[in-house]
Amino acid sequence: MNPELAQRLTEHLSEVTGFIYPNEVEIQWGILVVVYPYITGLVAGAFILASLVQLFNIKEVQPTYRLALLTALAFLLIAPLPLLLHLGHPLRSYEIFLTPQLKSAMAMFGFVYLWYLMAVLLLELWFEYRKDLVLWSKDAVFPMNWIYKILSFFSTDVSDRAVAFDHKAIRVITLVGVPSAFLLHGYVGFIFGSVKANPWWGSVLMPLVFLMSAIVSGIALIVFLYMVVAPLKGEAVDMRCLDKITSYLFYAVIVDFTLEVLDFIHRLYQSEESIKILSRLVMDKLFVSLWVIQVLLGMLVPLAVMVAVKSLKFTEELRRLFYFASVILIQLGIFATRWNVVIGGQLFSKSFRGLTTYKMEVVGIEGLFVAIALLIAPFIILTVFLKIFPAWDSESASHATS
Amino acid sequence: MIDRRKFLKRAVLFIPAVGLFRRLASDAQAKTPVAGYDPSNHLYGMGIDIDKCIGCGRCVEACKTENNVPKEPFFFRTWVERYTIKKDDSVEVENIDPRLRRGEEKTSEADVLRSFFVPKLCNQCQNPPCVQVCPVGATFSTEDGVVLVDSNRCIGCRYCIQACPYGARYLNPETKTADKCTFCYHRVVKGLLPACVEVCPTQARVFGDLKSMASRLVRFKRMKRITVLKAHLNTEPKVVYGNLDGEVR
Repeated sequence: MNPELAQRLTEHLSEVTGFIYPNEVEIQWGILVVVYPYITGLVAGAFILASLVQLFNIKEVQPTYRLALLTALAFLLIAPLPLLLHLGHPLRSYEIFLTPQLKSAMAMFGFVYLWYLMAVLLLELWFEYRKDLVLWSKDAVFPMNWIYKILSFFSTDVSDRAVAFDHKAIRVITLVGVPSAFLLHGYVGFIFGSVKANPWWGSVLMPLVFLMSAIVSGIALIVFLYMVVAPLKGEAVDMRCLDKITSYLFYAVIVDFTLEVLDFIHRLYQSEESIKILSRLVMDKLFVSLWVIQVLLGMLVPLAVMVAVKSLKFTEELRRLFYFASVILIQLGIFATRWNVVIGGQLFSKSFRGLTTYKMEVVGIEGLFVAIALLIAPFIILTVFLKIFPAWDSESASHATS
Repeated sequence: MIDRRKFLKRAVLFIPAVGLFRRLASDAQAKTPVAGYDPSNHLYGMGIDIDKCIGCGRCVEACKTENNVPKEPFFFRTWVERYTIKKDDSVEVENIDPRLRRGEEKTSEADVLRSFFVPKLCNQCQNPPCVQVCPVGATFSTEDGVVLVDSNRCIGCRYCIQACPYGARYLNPETKTADKCTFCYHRVVKGLLPACVEVCPTQARVFGDLKSMASRLVRFKRMKRITVLKAHLNTEPKVVYGNLDGEVR
């Protein structure tokens, strides 16, 4: 056996308090499995925001529509990587597609993912950008004109009838897309929520909590990106848009918070066999990441800030500052939420008699650097996307709102 | 050019053809473990007699040797826990592996109310959560009641390790696949006993065939008060304990 692993596990062993089953010394799901639900959450949340714009035709939020779709795609492309890198045998991952075990929640990953990528996101983006692609392919110089031409699948029709059809298609895709986005992230919650062996995970509320926190993190991300990208692209930040999205964010945080409080009270009140060890878990091992980061900084402070912004008359500049600070805190809070679920669920023994510790690797495939790289990668992809497919085109903006 | 009618006809044929192909493919892979062995005639289980276990740990050593389990004390197909219940009702549990021995006893004998050993291993559940969650079907139940892992198919996602309520699984650092007790399936199909049962000096482990009325296990189940671990999870273990203390989880 590799001596480094033995060394690491020996260190773990010295951190164990109480009794844990001997095979539990090694933490199985590390930082990469934290990154995975965090990223898919951002995808689902960003897409749901974009869909709100489409379905209810909310004019104020229109400036973020394309940005939200491109963001969802950029993050979705990276989403399977943390899982893949975490596998003991990444080269066998195709077996999930070829011989899926249909009773397994995890086996559905490939299908849900592919469905969402191919049938929802790419299709919606294509119809949204088709007219622009045709126009750009005429104006751009080589090689971009050919890239646009190929991406538009050589369509040339920009007549009103064709554009009207695009819009109709987008509506239909959105109608399918919203439940698909719910499915994508609700299902990630189900992977954890259905583990009856683990009382920290096994909760029927888990898919709902995942879904709501996904919506929170997705909307917060779009607000952040809009406030950063729009000025860089020479666009003014539309305050009406910002006020509207952050008010959605406010309600989403409230629902998310309510669900989590409900889960907490329910556990406390039922006070099952596991309550003692879970109390020690949240008061000791997860104190900082749960109470300080997730609840205080990630929820209560942003909620207070948003209540203040709603009830007091601040200047635009101050509002922008508060919004910006809030969405960063919320993002931090949601990452802590994922951490507390994934890592927290493995820090106590299934014998309910002891706690262990997670020591993150720094280098190495399942280490901190890889996790950071995976979190940065979608932003790089998004930058490229925004270069090739501008999200704010004066002409397209006018046609989209019309 | 294929017309719509033709396409639909072929699609209708395609689906059963794929099913048939898959069936043939899985049959082609399935092998009889030993000539003349018919798994449908057997259903294996194990009984553990708490009163007989002396905590010598020979079962753990035999298992590690027989099954190439890494020697380090973080990977076990079977292990033995020592429960010490003190007069103030507090409970101390310890894995008695000699590699983990930490010097002298912490508890003085005068404080002890009762103490006993509990051998643990995969419970070979009738309703196994690990099999349910495996995304590729690498973990499966055999007809004769043993849960096995196909290390050539396992992708190492470790969902099964999370799903097992008993901590019976680990990721083998050599193969990078999930690993666990197999009841020494390679021995059992030849009519031999699992290694841990073979070496147990007090016969605290009773292995047997639940389909044979003459088996020692059936007698064990008739004579003892039987409990299974974490019965409320409805996993229906085939490893049963005789005279188990209520403190054991």
